[in-house]
Amino acid sequence: MNSTALWYATRASGLMALILLTLTMVLGITTTTRARARNWPGFAQQEMHRRISMIAVVFLGIHVVTSVLDTYVNISWAAVVIPFASSYARLWVGVGAISLDLMIAVFVSSLLRARMRPGTWRAIHWLAYISWPVALAHTFGMGTDAGEGWVIVLGVVCVLAVAAALAWRLRLAARQASARTAQATVAGVPPKHLALSGRRRTGAPHG
Amino acid sequence: MIRILIDPVACDAYGYCAELLPESITLDEWGYPIVDGKPLPPELVSAAKRAARDCPRRAITLRVRKSAH
Amino acid sequence: MANVSEALPITNRYRLLGYPTDLAGHVAALGPVPLPSAGARGWREAFVSTLEASGLSGRGGAGFSAAIKLAVAHSRGPGGTVLVNGMEGEPASDKDKLLLIRSPHLVLDGAQLLAAATGARRVTVCVPEGRHNVAAAVARGLQERVAAGSAPVPEVMVRPPDRFIAGEESALVRWVESGESLPSFRPDKGTALQIGRRGALVHNAETLAHVAMIARTGPDAFRSHGLVEDPGTSLVTVSGAVEHPGVVEIDRGAPLIDIANRAVPAGAPQALLVGGYGGAWVGPAHFTTPYASLSLRAIGATAGVGIVIVLGQSACGLMESARIAHYLAGQSAGQCGPCVYGLPAIADDLTRLARGQADPGLLSRLDRRLREVDGRGACRHPDGAVNLVRSALHVFAPDVSAHVAGARCSHWNRPSQLRFPDAPRAV
Repeated sequence: MNSTALWYATRASGLMALILLTLTMVLGITTTTRARARNWPGFAQQEMHRRISMIAVVFLGIHVVTSVLDTYVNISWAAVVIPFASSYARLWVGVGAISLDLMIAVFVSSLLRARMRPGTWRAIHWLAYISWPVALAHTFGMGTDAGEGWVIVLGVVCVLAVAAALAWRLRLAARQASARTAQATVAGVPPKHLALSGRRRTGAPHG
Repeated sequence: MIRILIDPVACDAYGYCAELLPESITLDEWGYPIVDGKPLPPELVSAAKRAARDCPRRAITLRVRKSAH
Repeated sequence: MANVSEALPITNRYRLLGYPTDLAGHVAALGPVPLPSAGARGWREAFVSTLEASGLSGRGGAGFSAAIKLAVAHSRGPGGTVLVNGMEGEPASDKDKLLLIRSPHLVLDGAQLLAAATGARRVTVCVPEGRHNVAAAVARGLQERVAAGSAPVPEVMVRPPDRFIAGEESALVRWVESGESLPSFRPDKGTALQIGRRGALVHNAETLAHVAMIARTGPDAFRSHGLVEDPGTSLVTVSGAVEHPGVVEIDRGAPLIDIANRAVPAGAPQALLVGGYGGAWVGPAHFTTPYASLSLRAIGATAGVGIVIVLGQSACGLMESARIAHYLAGQSAGQCGPCVYGLPAIADDLTRLARGQADPGLLSRLDRRLREVDGRGACRHPDGAVNLVRSALHVFAPDVSAHVAGARCSHWNRPSQLRFPDAPRAV
């Protein structure tokens, strides 16, 4: 395949993946409990989060494959997952590899969720909070289109979206936690015995 | 006969199950699901499976029982 | 304390209390514990059939058949642990403390017998933090056994937190395994507990004492007491408005009022609380009910943990129940929404009722909450609280009507006749 075509495909699919991953993050962060507190079906958001993450992975796959197949620059298959193994743009391709590794962990762990302890799954899933900013750094560090006005705007929008989602979620969590503490105080529950704000997620014994 | 089983320790009152399966699951005043004890009619089974898949805490399992009583 | 100091020949009567505390005296009075000698065939089958024939059921609250529980644990294979549940979370219960202080060797013998029957490789005695007398007595007993070489399976003592829920058997096992005292959700009744990959058999201290006695005397001595369907003896702690609170050993099937009378109530009881704070109130109409599983279940109570609390005439049953409800709410493990939120809400409603401050919707709201909370936790803690409150509304029904109308008992804010370890929220 024509190297130029591959190069465009790599860049386009990379940007698409960034947009979709940002959307995935926002949908995941703004998941809420307490059905009565919201006006839309929460299950629909959950399903969107999953579906969009899968589409993001597809675009990510295209991004990775086209970048290796493109003979204009030398990026080996190994360099895709081994950070800093590429002879081309060692640093920023390496940063991309880090992000990809983390994302693979998140994705695979979700596929195998039923087979692991809930605490383990949750810990791995939280690697997304590292993977996403690293992906953002890779996008702008590679520099290919990073000078374009619209790409910079895109980057800013992505950052603002995730920041806003995080701020909203943290405020909600704080309000819920203080409501629960107030309730526990009223009930005379000694705080250290009642793991209300960090309630056990582990559920039934494994199996 | 299929029954919905909810792990009360894992459940964090997201409420998705009640949205998907209002015929069998209602929420108490604190947002936690109450499953009516009746066996699931066949037309609701796919909604129940969807609820089990969508639960963010994986608190729902579907139990198959060949019950004599 | 109602115990006998001289040892009676064990062929005449079956009883748990009254034997020497030290190891030498214990063995002299009762004989050595009948553990299998090396290579003894058929011992296990004989032991199991002895247990089955005795009809012994657990004395820790659930009342499960000891023989069945043994079979389930055995099916997990060897190498497991036998846990002595000396947690006794019910504040009104003293029987397990008494047994561990006065007859630790009887309890430990029982644990060794079950270890031999299941191939367990460890006996773990669980005594809550802070119970220094009990821990000291157990430690002394363990030392004596090590010195005399009479602990075929190693015995250790551990100190879980002193919380109501910490004695729940899955919470106890979880604590031993991971340090978190939290009950597990066990939808399949009868699945064995595990520590790591090995089985864990948890038994109340009194149950183990019975196992050790039955192994020595045979099933008939046990069965010569109690009822056919609920044989043997039980230790019951009697407290409340009585002159001589303490632990008594009774025959199963003894009428409730006879048990209460052993502690000499200060006057005619207004009601009896049977089974502890997770148990149920019994009114005068049912005072002659036999202390046995089926008879108690028929009146909405359970034998549960051996506890009888006498409520005096000059007390408000609803107010005392409100205090219990607040205590139980505070003792939740905090894992399940209906328990964490429902129990305090129920306690608040009951308090308002007891103070004569009921709003018009209170009774129906309370009824709905009781229905909704029941059975929706991982363990039986909320169920016990619900049962307690329901029995209070039933037994003190005349009071309920009066309180709804805005009245309250003249003695409503007298100090409680019940014991609570941490002072509950002031009601």
